[in-house]
Amino acid sequence: MSLLRIENATRYFGGLMAVGDVSFSVPEGLVFGLIGPNGAGKTTVFNLITGNYRLDSGKIFFRGEDISRMPTHRVVQRGIARTFQNIRLFSGMTVLENVLAGRHCRMKAGPIAAMLRLPSQRIEERRAAARAMAELLFVGLAGHAGNLAKNLSYGNQRLLEIARALAADPALIILDEPAGGMNDYETTALVELISKIRNRGITVMLIEHDMSLVMRACERIVVLEHGKKIAEGTPGEVQADPAVIEAYLGSDDEEF
Amino acid sequence: MTAAARKIKKPLYAVIAACWLAAPFFLGNYQLDVLNNIAIYALLGLSLNIILGYAGMFHMGHGAFFAVGAYATAIINTTWGVPVLWLLPLSGAAAGLFALVVARPIIHLRGDYLLIVTIGMVEIVRIALVNNVFGITGGSNGIFGIDAPSVFGRTISGIVAPGDFFYLVTAFLAFTITVFYLLEHSRFGRALQFLNQDPVAAEGSGIDTARYRLAAFGIGAFWAGMVGNLYASKVTFISPESFSFWESVVMFMIVILGGAGSIPGVLLGAFLIIGLPEMFQGLQQYRLLLFGIVLVAMMIFRPQGILPPAPRSYDVAEDDGENGGPGSTPDDAAGVEVRP
Repeated sequence: MSLLRIENATRYFGGLMAVGDVSFSVPEGLVFGLIGPNGAGKTTVFNLITGNYRLDSGKIFFRGEDISRMPTHRVVQRGIARTFQNIRLFSGMTVLENVLAGRHCRMKAGPIAAMLRLPSQRIEERRAAARAMAELLFVGLAGHAGNLAKNLSYGNQRLLEIARALAADPALIILDEPAGGMNDYETTALVELISKIRNRGITVMLIEHDMSLVMRACERIVVLEHGKKIAEGTPGEVQADPAVIEAYLGSDDEEF
Repeated sequence: MTAAARKIKKPLYAVIAACWLAAPFFLGNYQLDVLNNIAIYALLGLSLNIILGYAGMFHMGHGAFFAVGAYATAIINTTWGVPVLWLLPLSGAAAGLFALVVARPIIHLRGDYLLIVTIGMVEIVRIALVNNVFGITGGSNGIFGIDAPSVFGRTISGIVAPGDFFYLVTAFLAFTITVFYLLEHSRFGRALQFLNQDPVAAEGSGIDTARYRLAAFGIGAFWAGMVGNLYASKVTFISPESFSFWESVVMFMIVILGGAGSIPGVLLGAFLIIGLPEMFQGLQQYRLLLFGIVLVAMMIFRPQGILPPAPRSYDVAEDDGENGGPGSTPDDAAGVEVRP
């Protein structure tokens, strides 16, 4: 059964079509890749799913529910968490607090409970901190819990974003270029981490420029070019698709 | 913060608190009145800190909420004779409600735009008071004859016995510091700081940023309204002059100069901005000039304020397994205190 279904998604920026009539389904439990040349509309598709942008037309369903018009925080609460292409951490706060941000939507205590320091609030805080710590351990950042986020290395900041997203108990995690700025060693560790996330029963959707990573990590791939879907299939099928080869390498006709 | 600074922090705070509590035994009525004013501005600064410090919204109209609370107290007390301290929560509620109504359409505005709108708001409130809207605010003459608060049958006059009022306002200050400290170290307080640092990431982490911005305004205004109640009962006479735009600027300065988002910072800011000019009365007209120069220098050399917030530490207990997630916390990470 498909977890996420995108139907004829279309979005313009001014006169420019960023995404045009794109449809695909993300089956539950897979690692799903969204690839394409620069400016193909990959990040726009992610932003449409998470409600950062509104659709001009088309619909998006998550577990059968129409989430096309939902504000971002409610999409997260429904079970879609994401990371950002240009890292967006709460840089002046600690690594642990950054992960607690992801935990926010699974907590309940309001300002009055906090002011009165109700027992339920204290228990919830303790549990959230423990869970945040567990997520840091999961991505390999436990030793950095007390550091400020801005003092982490680039690769570790990407891992912290993943931990923050995981803390929200997502059914689907969306990773926007998770290997950006990582070295080979870190990228290999990332591929492992992605499969560990999948083994937790979380569906993974990722945008990535690193083709070797996409081919190693993804079980199913959609290829976009100029805002249109040009191919879909397993890594092997996509690699052999003439339209994909043309998009990435240029067609024979263009050679003089 | 260095380990040494952390070690002396608690004893230092205890000494300051002890000195503050002992002040009435050593100071005259005039100095005590200055301390009362410092406490009132500290309370206003703390309430503004929720909006401006934690949530980072440039709100320069906090005097409007202060005024609503003070006038609510004055009108109800002089009309129906309800004891002023009973009106404390009601004044807060009036200001909080007012804030929710006026802030609702403007909370999505970014920094500088919000600043201009809130300046407009506080001016509109002042002009409305001057023009005696609904015929109940007394126009530019204001409202006379507000009762002094009374605790267990003892009247606490802020004018005749500033030493008594000192303990009333100090009790409220201590209560406020405690409650706001707990708020800062909670899911709510963190959410405000997240949306301050990066609203897109906060929303993307599942935080309803619009709702939290509004809640920050509501709580900050609720407290400012309660301080308005205390102020009205201290001076027993209020007029629109007491709620000029300058008052809002002073509150803004207290938070920014002291350290936005830091409770000790705001307290220090109130002491410096309200207390220091009084200490240098001898310098006469030069003291304001000096004051301006210090402010400019501060913003150039230490824009984060004198005492910016320190990173917080967390007690990470063992995962009890009812949490979901990747599994239980291994032993080496359990039961440790995470501190920066």
